[in-house]
Amino acid sequence: MNGYFVKRTLQAVFTTFVVVSLSFGLVRLMPGNPADQLRGQLIRNNPSLSQQEINRRVANYINVDLSAPLHEQYIDYVLGILQGDLGQSISQNAPVTEVLGEALPWTVFAFSIAILLMFVVGISLGSIMAYWEGSRFDVGSTGLGIVLNSTPNYVTGLLFLYVFGFILGWFPTSGHISSEVVPIVNPLKPVATFQFVADAVYHASLLIGAVVITGFGGVALAMRGNSIQVLGEDYLRVARLRGLSDTRIALRYVARNAILPMYTGLLLAFGGVIGGSAILEQVFTYPGLGYYIVAAVEARDYPLMMGGFILITLAVVVGAFIADLTYGLVDPRVSTGGDSA
Amino acid sequence: MSRESPTRSFPGERGGFDTVADSSLTRSERVRRLLDLWLAAPLRVVWNDARARIGATLLFGFLLMGFVGPQVIAEPSIGQAPQLLGPFHGGIIGGSWYTLTSVDLFGVSVPWLGLEWLLGTDSTGRGILEQVVHATPRMFTMIATAGLFVTALGTSVGALAGYSGGRVDQVLSTVIDIVMTLPGLPLLLILVALLEPKSPVVLGLVLSLQAWAGMARAIRSQVLTIRSTSYVEAAQAMGLSTPTIVAKEVVPNIMPFVMINMVNAMRGVIFASVGLYFLGLLPFSEVVNWGVMLQLAYSNGGMLTLDAAHWLLVPMLAIVLLSMALILFAQGMDRVFNPRVRARHANTTGGSDDDTEPTEPKTRAVSTEGNL
Repeated sequence: MNGYFVKRTLQAVFTTFVVVSLSFGLVRLMPGNPADQLRGQLIRNNPSLSQQEINRRVANYINVDLSAPLHEQYIDYVLGILQGDLGQSISQNAPVTEVLGEALPWTVFAFSIAILLMFVVGISLGSIMAYWEGSRFDVGSTGLGIVLNSTPNYVTGLLFLYVFGFILGWFPTSGHISSEVVPIVNPLKPVATFQFVADAVYHASLLIGAVVITGFGGVALAMRGNSIQVLGEDYLRVARLRGLSDTRIALRYVARNAILPMYTGLLLAFGGVIGGSAILEQVFTYPGLGYYIVAAVEARDYPLMMGGFILITLAVVVGAFIADLTYGLVDPRVSTGGDSA
Repeated sequence: MSRESPTRSFPGERGGFDTVADSSLTRSERVRRLLDLWLAAPLRVVWNDARARIGATLLFGFLLMGFVGPQVIAEPSIGQAPQLLGPFHGGIIGGSWYTLTSVDLFGVSVPWLGLEWLLGTDSTGRGILEQVVHATPRMFTMIATAGLFVTALGTSVGALAGYSGGRVDQVLSTVIDIVMTLPGLPLLLILVALLEPKSPVVLGLVLSLQAWAGMARAIRSQVLTIRSTSYVEAAQAMGLSTPTIVAKEVVPNIMPFVMINMVNAMRGVIFASVGLYFLGLLPFSEVVNWGVMLQLAYSNGGMLTLDAAHWLLVPMLAIVLLSMALILFAQGMDRVFNPRVRARHANTTGGSDDDTEPTEPKTRAVSTEGNL
């Protein structure tokens, strides 16, 4: 197990290295790469600047000194990122880390709630559907799940915004808190904290609703499929023959074996959904991570764009790392399979 | 009869057990059974399942729309019709959206229904139906490219990693992990901003660039589970070659995962392309896409008035129906491939009866007990 731990850690470090190198490749080596584009922008906007001054500004924005040899550019770039320096945003006129640091908690907050709800609803529904396979309930919920799962969350988001936001006016149509609420999280001031959290949930509720509505169908279908597969296994028959109680079989045998393959999915879903949050946050004008990335792409604000990419990527690396480390613990089949090879 | 007969006496066949059973059959009988196994039974399974039937019908409709539609329905162009007509304008019956005409078919005049802006028009006078139909072929090219790419790469890498284990697995898993780690949309946004792809094939490839890793990972973990099952151990103990074991024992078990993952990749491409067009991040000046329609409707106040609701709703419906068709179809295929489900739904003749009998009571027992 220790060997696996070390191996996996090394792998995570290697992944990080590859990701940072990739982002350097995107910044510097792609046709039409940000470094050249940025340079062009600067020259267009300030034709009087000297070559050196332009290079200095590019270096300031994206940590790439165009006058240095390529390998030095690369090393500087990696070192800059390791020190937490993601450059300077052009459109927001602030350090990228500052812009993204402010946006990140909102995205994490809204989407954590959404994903947890989505999985809870999906797993419960999916296991019931599997037990009642072929029943009217199963057919009905499968149909519903497929329809909901076939809808992109931004489409549901648009409909929610249209109906509940604009027509009925029940929910706010943009922003993450009301202007009069003070953002405060302090255990000594429970009332203010509660007000703040409640207001934040209220503002995020349409977004959360859109994610849950479109996501739980997929989770339920996956859970249903897994459970049906488990229900056909021999060890389940044996468990019944041993006279184990139905509850025990349902929880320890079926649910456990059916949920395990989805465990990795849960942790990866955070990365995936947060990565995919861009369109949804744009629809709701919710200033989170994705919102700024799209804004950056629209404004061709390369430092902010690359910074968002690196930040999300590293978050997913960590998520996958934790998933893999703990997956071996919760599912003994994987570790034995790996050793016997 | 012939457990002693060595497998090598049937050099054309790659299997172990079943070659022995087939040895007593005539050629025509074998062909008939193969047809039954690979054609009749799947069709029966699909036809017995309402969802698969709906999926196949919807998919057929979309294929019709993609291949025949553009020939029948006029290309959308600005100002071809009055602006912002509602769908079925003038009422469903007696409205002005249809005209009774006649066309000349092989010298005989037959009555014909001429459609005029069936689903209404947008604020520049382009027909909605016309736009939806003419966006379909590009969409198909895109998702077909993506589906092929993802399936080919995902299954081969995943199965190889899970089955061979050891160093190969380590290297491949690392590659899979890294590709999976790249967050979907942000990377796409950057690639799209830098490449500005116009061709649907390129777009399909770019948008599914990392979907194969998800499939490879799912396949790998399935293969890991299957590899330790008793029947694979038995096959290994018999000394069957690795490709044979993979083809005979592993592939049928992972087929449902392949289908579902492929459809998910296609769905992802539909959603991503429509989303990116909706955000206006893809070059869309001369492209018809459902996302472009959504974007124009959204930015021209479609959210605030009811007059433009059809402009917003029709492309949404197209997206939902197409991805629903794909998912339902994949589910139907799931029933075809999954031996456990299949055994219950269609009894095939001959040799496969042997498989059916032991499976049937087992699964039935499970499902009735599950109801308690």
